[in-house]
Formats: sequence, C-alpha cells, structure tokens
Amino acid sequence: MDVKVTPPSEPFPGTVHPTDGGGILLSTLDDVINWARSNSLWPLVFGTSCCAIEMMSTAAAKYDFSRFGFEVARATPRQADVIIIAGTIVNKMAPVLKRLFDQMPDPKYVIAMGACATSGGPFFYNTYSVVKGADHIIPVDVYVAGCPPRPEALLHALITLQEKIKSGATRDQIRIEMKDNGK
Amino acid sequence: MFEQVSANNNGELVINVGPQHPATHGVLHLLITLHGETVTKLEPNLGYIHRSIEKMCESLSYRQFIYTTSRMDYLSSHINNHACALGVEKAMQIEIPERAEYIRVLMSELTRLASHQLWWGAMAMDLGALSPFFYAFREREVINDIMEETCGARLTMNYFVPGGVMYDIHPNFVKRVKDFIVLFKSKIAEYDELVTGNVIFQNRMKNIGIISKEDAISYGCTGPTARGSGVSCDVRKNYPYSIYKNVQFDEVLEYGCDAFSRYQVRIKEMYQSVRIIEQLIDQIPEGEFQAKTKAVIKLPKGEFYTRVETARGELGVYIVSEGGTTPYRIKFRSPGFSNLSALEHMVKGHKIGDLVAIMGVLDLVIPDIDR
Amino acid sequence: MENEELIAQVQTRFPEASIVLGNDFPEVSIDSKQLLPVLQTLKTEPSLAFNFLFCETCVDWKTHFTMVYHLESTTHRHNLVIKANLDRVQPEIETACHLYRAAELHEREIFDLFGIIFTNHPHLRRILLTDDWVGYPLRKDYDDPINMIKL
Repeated sequence: MDVKVTPPSEPFPGTVHPTDGGGILLSTLDDVINWARSNSLWPLVFGTSCCAIEMMSTAAAKYDFSRFGFEVARATPRQADVIIIAGTIVNKMAPVLKRLFDQMPDPKYVIAMGACATSGGPFFYNTYSVVKGADHIIPVDVYVAGCPPRPEALLHALITLQEKIKSGATRDQIRIEMKDNGK
Repeated sequence: MFEQVSANNNGELVINVGPQHPATHGVLHLLITLHGETVTKLEPNLGYIHRSIEKMCESLSYRQFIYTTSRMDYLSSHINNHACALGVEKAMQIEIPERAEYIRVLMSELTRLASHQLWWGAMAMDLGALSPFFYAFREREVINDIMEETCGARLTMNYFVPGGVMYDIHPNFVKRVKDFIVLFKSKIAEYDELVTGNVIFQNRMKNIGIISKEDAISYGCTGPTARGSGVSCDVRKNYPYSIYKNVQFDEVLEYGCDAFSRYQVRIKEMYQSVRIIEQLIDQIPEGEFQAKTKAVIKLPKGEFYTRVETARGELGVYIVSEGGTTPYRIKFRSPGFSNLSALEHMVKGHKIGDLVAIMGVLDLVIPDIDR
Repeated sequence: MENEELIAQVQTRFPEASIVLGNDFPEVSIDSKQLLPVLQTLKTEPSLAFNFLFCETCVDWKTHFTMVYHLESTTHRHNLVIKANLDRVQPEIETACHLYRAAELHEREIFDLFGIIFTNHPHLRRILLTDDWVGYPLRKDYDDPINMIKL
C-alpha cells in the first residue's frame, strides 16, 4: 500500500525516514515540545492605553491573530502564556504588572508593544510617573516599534516570538543550558 | 494596593475590580463594597495610567504639546488636537482657511463615528455578545484606512496643527468617505436590529444606572452620559466652534435617565455625525489648508479656555501663559473624569452584574481620566 | 445674560470682589475665606443659577497658589470664573463638594498634585499617585531626580 505523506504547511521538527508501510520520524522531544508550544500561545488581555486598541484591531476580523494560534485571549494570567504589554507602564502600575507576570505559569513570554512599553516613548522626558520601559520590571522577549504599532507590526512580533520559541533559544532554556554547563 | 478580599462587621464584603480586569476597559481600579450581590459603596482608585501629561506640557512648546493630547483620549484624538489648536489660535488670533475648517470638522466627525463604533462593540462584548465586536471593528477599519491615507496614522493622528491641518487631504478622500457613508448607513441598521431591538439586551439595560437631570449636572457629567438624562450640553450647539454653527444637526436628547437612554443617545449621535459628513463632504472649498504662522509660537500673557465636544463629552483646555514659548500651566478638563465621579451614584443599590452594563455604557477611556 | 450685565450683577452682590473680563469669561477674584458663601449665592440665586462646575484647578505662581473655579449656568448659558489666592506655606480652602458633587474628585486630584488642603472634604486622600508618594508634582519647585529625566 502506498502511503502519501503530504508535507504540512509548517514543517514538523524532525526528519522522516521512509520505510515500507510508512516511515520513521526522528526528532528530539525538546523540539517537538517547542513546536507545539509555539503554535498555541494564549495571550493575556492586558492593555493600558492606546496600543490596546491596536491589539483589539489585531484580534478583530481584518487582521485576526487567531490564524497564528493566538486565538484564546485570556482574562486571567493563570491561563496565559504570553503577555502583550500594550501601553505605558507607570510607577503605580509597575507592581501590578510584576504580580501578573509572577502569576503566569512557566514557560511565559513577554512582548513589549509600542514605544511606551519599550522605552517610555513620548513620555520619556520630564515625567515623574512613567516607567522608562517595561523591561525595568519584567524581562521582555520581543520589542515592537511604533506609537502605536500597526497590527501588521504586532503580527510580525508574534511570529518572531514563535520563531524564537521554535529555535529553543528562549530565556529559560538558555538559563538551564548555562546551569548544566556550569556557567 | 488593596488586593485582599475582606468582610466587615455588617456582613459587607469589599472586593477589588481591576486594575487588570476585562470589563474596566483598561486599568481602572474600583473598590466595591457588596451586601450580598448589591453594591452599597463604590470608590474609584485612579492613577494606574497617570502619565503626568500636564507636567510634561509645561516644558513643551505650543507646537509640541498638541501631540501628547492624541494619547490622552486616543479614541477621539482628532478632537483632542482640535481643542488645543483652537486654544493656541484664539490666543494668537490666527485666521484659519476655510478649507482647513471643513477638513477639521469632517475628520472630527469621522473620529466620533469610529469611537462610537468601538464603544458599541466593546459594550456588547461586556454584556456577553461577542459578535458585535467583530462587526464594529469591520466598519471601523474602513475609517482607519481613510484616516491613514490622509494623516498617515491609524490612531494617534497629530493631524491638526495651529493654523490649520498638517497636509492637504488625499485625492481619494472625498470618494472614500462617500463610499463609507453608503456602507455605514446599511450597517448601522444592522447594529440596531442586532442589539438595540434585542429583548435580552433591553432587559439588561433598562432601569439601571439611573441619574436624574439635577444630579447629572451636579456631578459635572457631559456628553452622551448627561444627554441621556435630558441635559443639553452639546458644546457644538451651545458654544459653537469651527464651522459647526453653519451645519444642520440635532442635539440628541433622551429623557429616560437610565443606561438604555445613554445607549440610544450614542446610537442616534452616529446618525447625526453621518448627517454632518454628508452636508460637508461635497462642499470642501478650494484654497490653502494651513495659515501662515510663525515658526516659534509665543502666546500673549493671559489665560485661555477652549472647549470642544469629544465623543465622551466636553473637553476643556485651560492654558495659562506667561508670554513664553511654553505654557506656564495646562489643565485638561477631561470628560471621563467627571463622568466617572457619577458612577457611584449610578451603581449604588444595583446588583454587581449591572455594574458592567453601566460602566460599558459610560464609555470610559482610562488615559483620558488619568491624563 | 451678557457678560457686562453679569459683571454688574455680580459686582453689586459682592462689592469687595474685583471683577475683570478675561479672554473668555468674566473673572471674579475673591478672598479664599469667602468662597463658600459666594458659591452658595451664585448657585441659588435664580437670575445667576450657576449650577454646573465644569472645571476646577489650581495654578502655582511660586509666591502663592490660585484656585480657579469655572462655573456655568445650564439654564442661562453664562459662564463665570472664580479665583481665590491661597497662602503657599499653608494652603487651605473650604471644599466645594457639598454644593457641586463634581468637585469631590477634582479636589482629590488637586490635593494629590498640589497639596492643597480642602477642609470638610469627606475623604481627602491621594487619588492618582500612590499613598507613599513624597511631594506634590505639579508645584513649580517639585524635583524628582530619580524619575524625572530633564531635557
């Protein structure tokens, strides 16, 4: 019997060795887990200001980030994998953001959306209450430029995050590797 | 932070809604005292997005400070910019070319439509209906595309400058707006059919969040929140600015004083905005789009107060000038701040489930409240 | 009511107040201790009927503070600005929130950012900043070398 193996649109990590009646897949468990993880990232509904509207646009009909597996926006951090910091973080909000991040289960990822979350943006000079970049509070994986970024830019950031996860070079994995190597 | 739930001696429970909560439309924090399921006390705790815009403006020039206001009430960014530009122009006694006035009013009304659409989608989503969110954003994207073609941005436009507008409108602008109006007129009927006439929706909205006319005035409510209680407070009618005095439109007033009245005011306002756009779109005069102004703007010494009608109510910009290139003090009288102060009055005695409906119809934009 | 008529009427009621016509509205300067009776009269007098406080703010003039109240009458459609100077060392003024409910949040904000004490205010606490914040940021002499990066 001939088995036709149609290549999936997104290549599965590993190599297939054809044999009679099928094939043998060789892969590493880490790669498979990362592959699965990257395609089902649930974002946390977290928007403080203008960028939140563009995040909503990205979720809505025209741009639709559920095409990439970001479908299920969660209202609680306990069920979320990725936090998209959409908007300015001020001193009063900083402990709340830290707490939300701490409540998220591992592995967790952070996208800093827009100029405010990246560096304070337009509110960098002469303000007494703005945190100059969300990375002062929590570690950030992907930065997006723009004030606010276009939905395409956010989609690009989400895809970049997926690639980062697939490559196995996420923060936690690098840290574990360094520990194993005694560094 | 007051994160823990605590019960006091009267059997009342104090809970926190926000700052991270899907129904607060941002980072509003409400301390709610509950007796059973009934709200007995509500206290807003603001400042989770207080970006010190007023302090920043004291060190920005009169051309620069306008851009911070786009980030204040980002859903009516054109109208915010309009208020600041008007203030500077009034103080400098700059005459605006008529073409610029037409463009400004058209852009403001398009912004109002976009803002009301987003409110409609988000409010319906708060009440548990997810599809209106997608319908509203579908039409809103068309407005965003029109804006983008002319202003180069989708949300924070920074298009109005002292003396006019920054660039001329795109050649496609008139045609695309006309196409949009045709599309939108058919869609708004759909909105009405889907949500307004829905029995479940009406049952949830009627007779909640009642605020009388006197109370609405005393709490300083403006915009659709006050007009739902029969308070005539449309700045475009009462203190007409720009070319609003030459435009035919009605101030929408409802007298039900409840959340459903406020809902109806906003829906009817969309029809009025369409009416304004239809009147102006064919009559944009030829000519300059920007008056000649000095490169460095210096305001004369004195105090200047300008008010405009945003999608949420009356925005006031109070500029105190010492004669320099930067303002001495700027105060933004934001509509959301005063509307929020009436929230406790509206919610008291209602069930906690109604809180979401009342807040949804208030259309709060938190950066506008905190500034 | 037209501005001139309004100024004349307000002047007859409060002879000690100085009234000038500003760029937008007539501006009435009063003694800060007189605030409550003045507001009371302006609100209750039927020919004035200033029932809508649409803006309340404060300006720091380095030597003193000025409280600014913007009033409107929703029946007569006229506007008035009330100004009261406050001492900079101990800024204190009576609250207006029993006459205008809108003042409650505005005064909390002014207390937060300027440090002005409103006597008889039901709960005068910080509203925008955290409770442990030191200083009042909108004062002209406020300096925060940690958070503020000056251009």
